[in-house]
Amino acid sequence: MAALLDVKNLGISFGGLRAVNGFDISIEKEQLYGLIGPNGAGKTTVFNLLTGVYKPDAGKVILDGQDITGKKTIDISKAGIARTFQNIRLFSKLSVLDNVKVGLHNKHHYSTIEGILRLHGYRKVEKEMNEQAMELLKVFDLADHADYLASNLPYGQQRRLEIARALATEPKLLLLDEPAAGMNPNETGELMEMIQFVREKFHMTILLIEHDMKLVSGICEKLTVLNFGEVLAQGDTASVLNDPQVITAYLGE
Amino acid sequence: MRDRMKKIKNMNKNTKSNLITYGIVIVAFLVMQTLISTGSISSLLEGLMVPLCIYIILAVSLNLVVGILGELSLGHAGFMCAGAFSSAFFSKCMKDVIENGTLRFILALLIGIAVAAVFGIIIGIPVLRLKGDYLAIVTLAFGEIIKNLVNVVFIGKDANGFHFSTKDVMDLNMELDGEVIVNGPQGITGTPQDSTFFIGVVLILITLFIVINLVNSRDGRAIMAIRDNRIAAESVGINITKYKLMAFTISAALAGGAGVLYAHNLSTLTANTNNFGYNMSINILVFVVLGGIGNIRGSMIAAVILTLLPEMLRGLSDYRMLIYAIVLILMMLFNWAPKSIEWREKYLSFGKKKKEAVK
Ligand SMILES: Nc1ncnc2c1ncn2[C@@H]1O[C@H](COP(=O)(O)OP(=O)(O)OP(=O)(O)O)[C@@H](O)[C@H]1O
Ligand SMILES: [Mg+2]
Repeated sequence: MAALLDVKNLGISFGGLRAVNGFDISIEKEQLYGLIGPNGAGKTTVFNLLTGVYKPDAGKVILDGQDITGKKTIDISKAGIARTFQNIRLFSKLSVLDNVKVGLHNKHHYSTIEGILRLHGYRKVEKEMNEQAMELLKVFDLADHADYLASNLPYGQQRRLEIARALATEPKLLLLDEPAAGMNPNETGELMEMIQFVREKFHMTILLIEHDMKLVSGICEKLTVLNFGEVLAQGDTASVLNDPQVITAYLGE
Repeated sequence: MRDRMKKIKNMNKNTKSNLITYGIVIVAFLVMQTLISTGSISSLLEGLMVPLCIYIILAVSLNLVVGILGELSLGHAGFMCAGAFSSAFFSKCMKDVIENGTLRFILALLIGIAVAAVFGIIIGIPVLRLKGDYLAIVTLAFGEIIKNLVNVVFIGKDANGFHFSTKDVMDLNMELDGEVIVNGPQGITGTPQDSTFFIGVVLILITLFIVINLVNSRDGRAIMAIRDNRIAAESVGINITKYKLMAFTISAALAGGAGVLYAHNLSTLTANTNNFGYNMSINILVFVVLGGIGNIRGSMIAAVILTLLPEMLRGLSDYRMLIYAIVLILMMLFNWAPKSIEWREKYLSFGKKKKEAVK
């Protein structure tokens, strides 16, 4: 079976710094894949390369058979990659519901005129959007807070809202950048369950960056370890975590 | 009946607040209209009613760019200028052709709006690539360019048709029966004075309707998403260029409508710093800032207060500008002093975001 995401030899430099170099990864459909490594290893930069925030200066990115190397963020979103951010990036002055509805933007259409004049199309499509957004909020236990301003949510819920918004774009591949950062063990536990639930319910393929080893070893099937922009180890979670190289470079013993 | 009560109860807060906004405009109009018809208002104040409508439309439309899109534009009066001159030109040419004043005004209105929108698109495409202060400076420049352009245009009409020049009236080379329509710095004289308080209020309501409904639609959400976090908006597939241009163009078009109202309120239309230059643009911005950036009803109220206040303070003529300046300085402090920003971030949460690497 062809992989959903196939990345070969990806690289980028910032000035003199080779932030990512010769990065390969291959992710199967519905896999839950972890990307780990020390601070500054280039993990977030990989996400930025995959989503078109930065243009790679080397390598290829194939998503579901389609070459998306160097494409614009908006086209990559349409091709089917959605993400969350390490530093939460919500639409802070929009409601929780509207944050998800922005995620639904490209899946539901009516014209500007229909919107301004509140014609039938507006009412019908807005209703669908509301229903679908509420559905997603329920999955993440946010339905009760639909009317809150996103910025008024507590930290853990903001992280979950970001995932809901990303899922609203109906992606093929979901990228999560440190989804458990700043969460207490309790919240992290809930998050792990939600991630697994999302994978099963939406048949989602997920690549996640995480420092929390409990989460990583608990839910990821495969891992790639990044160190100084290069792949240090790759493979099944258990074998990677027992790799002596990984232990010295990252896990620190 | 009970069903209806229930419906009103369940209406979300947004809808209610919008209805209140329309309500304020209608009630204010009825009150003023009554005062005017009973003669209990000075003719000076009565003469201020149409300008007031113009300012309100300008403030509400600028808020679409500054508050909803989150970009600083200092060229708003330029779009008003485009709408004013194109519509006055049309009305003057058609004065004897279309005798029905209402029809002529509606056509003039559509033309003014369309021309301003075209200017919005032409200027918006290059300018919206810029951000923050850069955008402000360039829009300011374009506003000035529009204003100065109309000062060098001479257009006349005779039996042979239209004549055009950028030099002077003589250069038009018209037959003796020729009539000058646009006379360079002397502008356009003899525009039919079709603007009324009633038309002004109708235009305010239309402007509010467009802006409020846009904000609460799919497109409006996209515009606000760009304002709140451009990178996140892009990541969910929002077309940044498209929606920035949409907000900018609609805002320009509505300002064009205000220009039409302005042009048809005066018998002589000229372009100078006070009506179409940066003075005006900044005045409008002051309404928006004072009314609360992004707060549509607020910009309306600020426009009313700041237009009427100087008239009310006429007795204190020496202190008028002083008071105005003090109000502005206080606003500046409120918006930009570090301590105040800290306070706002804590309690009101609309501080500016810092730029940084995408994490
Ligand atoms: N836009 C940029 N300009 C210059 N350097 C950058 C930029 N983005 C990232 N870098 C650099 O690239 C390197 C990798 O950064 P990156 O954010 O990808 O690390 P990371 O693995 O996500 O680390 P962390 O675990 O701390 O999030 C760092 O040295 C960082 O300073
Ligand atoms: Mg990172």
